[in-house]
Amino acid sequence: MKKKFISFLSLLCLTFTSCFSFTGCKSDASSSDTLVVLNYGKYIEADVLKRFQEETGITVKYEEYESVEDMYAKYKAGSINYDVICTSDYMIETLGKEGELIPIDYSSLKYYKNIDPAIIEASSSFDPTHKYTIPYFYGTVGILYNTKMVDEKTVSSWNSLWDSDYSNQIVMINSQRDAFMVPLKLLGYDINTTDKAELDEAFNMLCDEKKYVYAYLMDETYECMVSEDAAMAVCYSGEAAMGMEYNEDLAYVVPEEGGNLWIDSWFVPRTCKHYDAAMKWIDFMCEEEAATANFEYVWYATPNLTVAANEDEETLADETVFPSKETLERCDIYSAYDNETLDYTTTLWKKLKAY
Amino acid sequence: MTNKLRTSFLAMPYAIWILICTILPLFYILGYAISNGDGSFTISNLTAIADPVHLKSLGLSIQTAFITTVICLIMAYPVALILHNLKITNKGFIVFLFILPMWMNFMLRILAWQNILSNNGILNSILSAIGLPTIHILYTKGAVILGMVYDFLPYMILPIYNSLSKINDDIIEAAADLGAGWLNTFIKITLPLSKDGIISGIIMVFVPALSSFVVSNLLGGGKVLLIGNVIEQEFTLARNWNLGSGLSIILMLFVLLSMSIMNRVDNSENGGMLI
Repeated sequence: MKKKFISFLSLLCLTFTSCFSFTGCKSDASSSDTLVVLNYGKYIEADVLKRFQEETGITVKYEEYESVEDMYAKYKAGSINYDVICTSDYMIETLGKEGELIPIDYSSLKYYKNIDPAIIEASSSFDPTHKYTIPYFYGTVGILYNTKMVDEKTVSSWNSLWDSDYSNQIVMINSQRDAFMVPLKLLGYDINTTDKAELDEAFNMLCDEKKYVYAYLMDETYECMVSEDAAMAVCYSGEAAMGMEYNEDLAYVVPEEGGNLWIDSWFVPRTCKHYDAAMKWIDFMCEEEAATANFEYVWYATPNLTVAANEDEETLADETVFPSKETLERCDIYSAYDNETLDYTTTLWKKLKAY
Repeated sequence: MTNKLRTSFLAMPYAIWILICTILPLFYILGYAISNGDGSFTISNLTAIADPVHLKSLGLSIQTAFITTVICLIMAYPVALILHNLKITNKGFIVFLFILPMWMNFMLRILAWQNILSNNGILNSILSAIGLPTIHILYTKGAVILGMVYDFLPYMILPIYNSLSKINDDIIEAAADLGAGWLNTFIKITLPLSKDGIISGIIMVFVPALSSFVVSNLLGGGKVLLIGNVIEQEFTLARNWNLGSGLSIILMLFVLLSMSIMNRVDNSENGGMLI
C-alpha cells in the first residue's frame, strides 16, 4: 500500500513538472465584433484594453509574445488569424518583403495627426511608402550602469565592455542583432553590414568579451542591475528607465559611437479578418488618453505628441526615456537581413554561445 | 473474452492520447528531420551533429548529465538507506517530505536559486558576513549542475528507496547469523539487491539532465550552451525546424543508447524498471 502511495506520488510529481510547459491554444473567432491582437508582453496598460472593449463593444483576444523571433514563429505557425500586430522595425520589413502586410486606411483614423512626423519619417527604412505602419513606441540600445561602480567617462564608449576591471560585472544583451550592433559600432562599421569579413571581426570581439561577461540577459537585466549584481548592462532604454525607477544609482547612456534606434509599430497582417475593428484599434492607440496611459505604464518614448502635455518637465527632460536629437543622430535603425546574412549571423551567434 | 475486450476498451483513452501526443509528433519530427526547407529529402540535418559547435554542446550535455547523475547517486543512496533503516512506522510521511518541494513549480525553485547564488545574493551575503571571500558561481557550469542535482535528486532517492524496501529482512539477518559484518552484508547483499533501483534512478536522472535546457537558460546566463539549448534556439531564434528536429532525433538516439546500456547492466529477472 505504502509503495503504491509512493509511486503514485512520484507519478504525480512527474506529471506536475512536465505540465508547466504546456500552453493552451485558442481557436480564432470569426464573428464581426472580435479582434485578435498580438503585441509584446507588458506593452499595454490593462485599463486601455478594457476601455477599448467597453467603448467599441468589440471583444479583444489579446495575445502576447516575448521576442521578435517568437512573434514571427507564432504568426507563421498560422493557427491563429491575427488582425493587428505590433512589432519591431526590421521584422516589419521582413514581413513586408514576404508580402504579409495590408495597407492601412489612414483616412479612417481620427488621431493619426497626433503622431510625431519625425518618427513617421524615420520609419521610412522599413516602410518606405508609409502605407503600412503606425509607430507605437521607440527607444534606443545603450549602457545601463551603476554610478557607484562605474565612472561616467568610462561608459561613454562601448570600449568599457572590454574592460578587464569589470570582469564578471558586465551584462551583455541576449539578442543576436543587438549584441552584434555593439562591436560593429565600435569598429565604425554599418550596423546593417552584410560583409562577412566585418561580421567576423565583430564576432571575434564578442568572443573576446565573453570572458568578462557575467551573463547574457534580456528581461532579467533590470532586476540584475537594481540588485547591483553587475556594474553595467547593455539594454533597451525602457528597461533602463524601469531599473532607474528602483535604484537611483543607476544611469543610462548611449555611447558616443552611437547605437540603435528602434521603432515598434502597429500593422495589419494578411491574416486580418476584421479590418474595420483593426482600424478602430489602431486609432484608439493614437488617442491622447490611451497613449498617455500606455506611456506611463510602458515607459518607452512615445511618438504621440499629445502625451507631452500631460507629463511634467522632469519626465520630458529625461533623456533615458526621450532620447535627445544628438543621441538620435548617432543611432541607426536596423534593416532586415537577407536570408544568407541571417543564417550567417545566427551561426556566429551560436558559435559565440558555445565559445 | 468479454473481460479482455472490456480491459482493452478501457485502455482506449490512453492509446488515443499516446497516438496524438506522442506517436504523431514523433513522426512529424522525423519528417522535418529528413527534409530541408523546400521539403526535399536530405540527411544533412542528422549529420549536422558533426558540426564542431553541436559536438561541443553535445559533449557538454553528456558531461553535465554524467556529473549530475554521479552526484545524485552519491547523495541519494545513503539517504535512501537511512530512510529504510529508520525504525519508525510512518515512513511514507518521510518520503512525502522528500517529494514536497516538487509540489512547487520547478521554474520558481530554479529562480530562487538565482537569488541565492547571484553576485550580491544570499550565499555571498552570508560568506562576507562571516568574513569569507565571496564566490562567483551564478551563470557558470557549476550553477547549472547544482540546479540539476537539486531538481532531479528525488528521482534518484525514490526508486532506490523502493528497491531497498523490497529486500527481505530475513536475508540480512541470515547474513549476520553466518558472521558477515556490516560492510560485507552491504556489498554482498544490499547493494546487489538494490541494483534495480539504482539503475532506474540513473536513467531517471541522466535522461532528463541530458536533454534539459531550462536549467541552463536560467542558471547558465546564456553562457552554457547544452544540446537542448541548441535545439531550442533552432526552433525559436533561427526558425530552422528541420535542423532542430534533426538534432532532436540524434539526441533521442543518445537517450535510447544510454537506456539500452543501463538495461544490459540490469540483467535481473524481475526487471523492476520504472520506465
